[in-house]
Amino acid sequence: MTKMMATRDAYGEALKELGEINENIVVLDADLSGSTKTSVFQKAFPNRFFNVGIAEQNLIGTAAGLATAGKIPFASSFAMFATGRAFEIIRNSVCYPKLNVKIAATHAGLTVGEDGATHQALEDISVMRSLPNMVVLCPADAIETKQCIYKAAEHDGPVYIRLGRAKVPVIFDENYKFEIGKGVQLREGNDVTIIATGVMVDRAIKASERLSEEGISARVINISTIKPIDKDIIIKAAKETKGIITVEEHSIIGGLGSAVAEVVGENHPTRVIRIGTMDTFGESGDGFELLDKYGLSVDNIVNKAKLL
Amino acid sequence: MELERIAKDIRVNIIKMLEKSKSGHPGGSLSAVEIFTALYFKEMRIDPENPKWEDRDRFVLSKGHGTPVLYATLAERGFFPKEELNNFRKISSMLQGHPDMKEIPGVDMTTGSLGQGLAAANGMALAGKLDNKDYRVYAMIGDGESQEGMIWEAAMLAAHYKLDNLTVFLDHNGLQIDGKTQDIMNIEPIDEKFKAFGWHVIKINGHSFDEIFNAIEEAKNTKGNPTMIIANTIKGKGVSFMEDQVGWHGKAPSEEEAAKALEELGGGLND
Repeated sequence: MTKMMATRDAYGEALKELGEINENIVVLDADLSGSTKTSVFQKAFPNRFFNVGIAEQNLIGTAAGLATAGKIPFASSFAMFATGRAFEIIRNSVCYPKLNVKIAATHAGLTVGEDGATHQALEDISVMRSLPNMVVLCPADAIETKQCIYKAAEHDGPVYIRLGRAKVPVIFDENYKFEIGKGVQLREGNDVTIIATGVMVDRAIKASERLSEEGISARVINISTIKPIDKDIIIKAAKETKGIITVEEHSIIGGLGSAVAEVVGENHPTRVIRIGTMDTFGESGDGFELLDKYGLSVDNIVNKAKLL
Repeated sequence: MELERIAKDIRVNIIKMLEKSKSGHPGGSLSAVEIFTALYFKEMRIDPENPKWEDRDRFVLSKGHGTPVLYATLAERGFFPKEELNNFRKISSMLQGHPDMKEIPGVDMTTGSLGQGLAAANGMALAGKLDNKDYRVYAMIGDGESQEGMIWEAAMLAAHYKLDNLTVFLDHNGLQIDGKTQDIMNIEPIDEKFKAFGWHVIKINGHSFDEIFNAIEEAKNTKGNPTMIIANTIKGKGVSFMEDQVGWHGKAPSEEEAAKALEELGGGLND
């Protein structure tokens, strides 16, 4: 049976491990430490943990100040509030001075589930990707999350890491190697390419299996660094297959689909079909049922691939 | 007195750089000259030869539009040549309209969007506590800036974490772009507000060196709380036609106006 683990749980573990090897790691949270799993770090290193209260602007601003003094702050809240409420502080107090702040935000996307639209960030990749100096990471499972957190800590400058609430299948093993800026081809294929990010990578793999049964060979690429995006792997797919399907638990405006379309549009014009939320808000309900309802189903990926 | 001479030179350079840049903020720069002079020429542990020195005292200009007084002070203190002031706000120059810590020696935090600097100062003070460093963190906020919600988020944090290594000046000049602060959005009683938020509050005349230094000493001797020094100041201080005038918040003087201002201050345009 497939092991299930939420990326936020992997984040908590990774933070604690990092804290043990690097005393400059500090963690800030805005009253959601039990949910974001920064509480795991807090228990191990109470002196290096700062709860700023329900104040996301303050969360980022304080992290910026800590970074000026050589600390490596990880600031966490839900993706909606970390990137939405605090957007301008991220822009002016973190990205413009290129301070070494890591924003690890959980509860991104529809899989937040029952809390509904106010808590389901579907625009965070879009706004974070637009900021100069920002690196944007969106890991697919627990294994990749841990590596993202380690690489983010090594990187000198702002990083946004998009994490989820729900338990999702662990798709990689310990041999998997994540590198900032590198996409990874997970399945070979020469008819179409499915490029996915985050929790949708698992569904992309399942779609390629279904397509294979129907005689369509679908390449699957995991793009966990949305910015800087791996142009080479995308251009190669555009050249070698008939078209590209992008799949993300995010609006089709400004996210992975847009980033891929920008790359192929400028380098090797190819048809790109974007699967994501269609310029709409989410709603309450079971997270995975919401994915199906909003077009992020294996069926929809299969059907769109057949259009190419 | 030496500090008064320095303060005069800083005022002269503020007027000169604004006349050349043809844009910028004279009012809230001139109001803060004595505080900057006291901090950079007597109080703060800094080294212009080593602006990123780990153990230095920090200063965050949360009201980032006060770049004329910040840059004139840093140049006067030797962080960069005074000639650089001629390029203030010009294309491809180091001296951006609002402070840029990446490019400008002596600038400890990038600011400009109001309300953000106080949180950054908190972060610096937290880091100092964490590392058992004895550096002190200074910041300046505006009275109009205190209308930003983020100031109060940061005010709560500074008291909650007992940041007694943090001393903040509130440049209480009573004016903001659109008019008098009490008419636009009254912040009073600002002293009682900060007291209620857990700060040690001191009210002074922000143009008196004695009162500035006494307040700084009192702040250093205050344990367990951050200190807010509410400095009553006159916007545009030192130039008669700019004093307490809303119109001089963000307008540069013409050549004639600059000449008149410099005559009052006792320094020529081409000195």
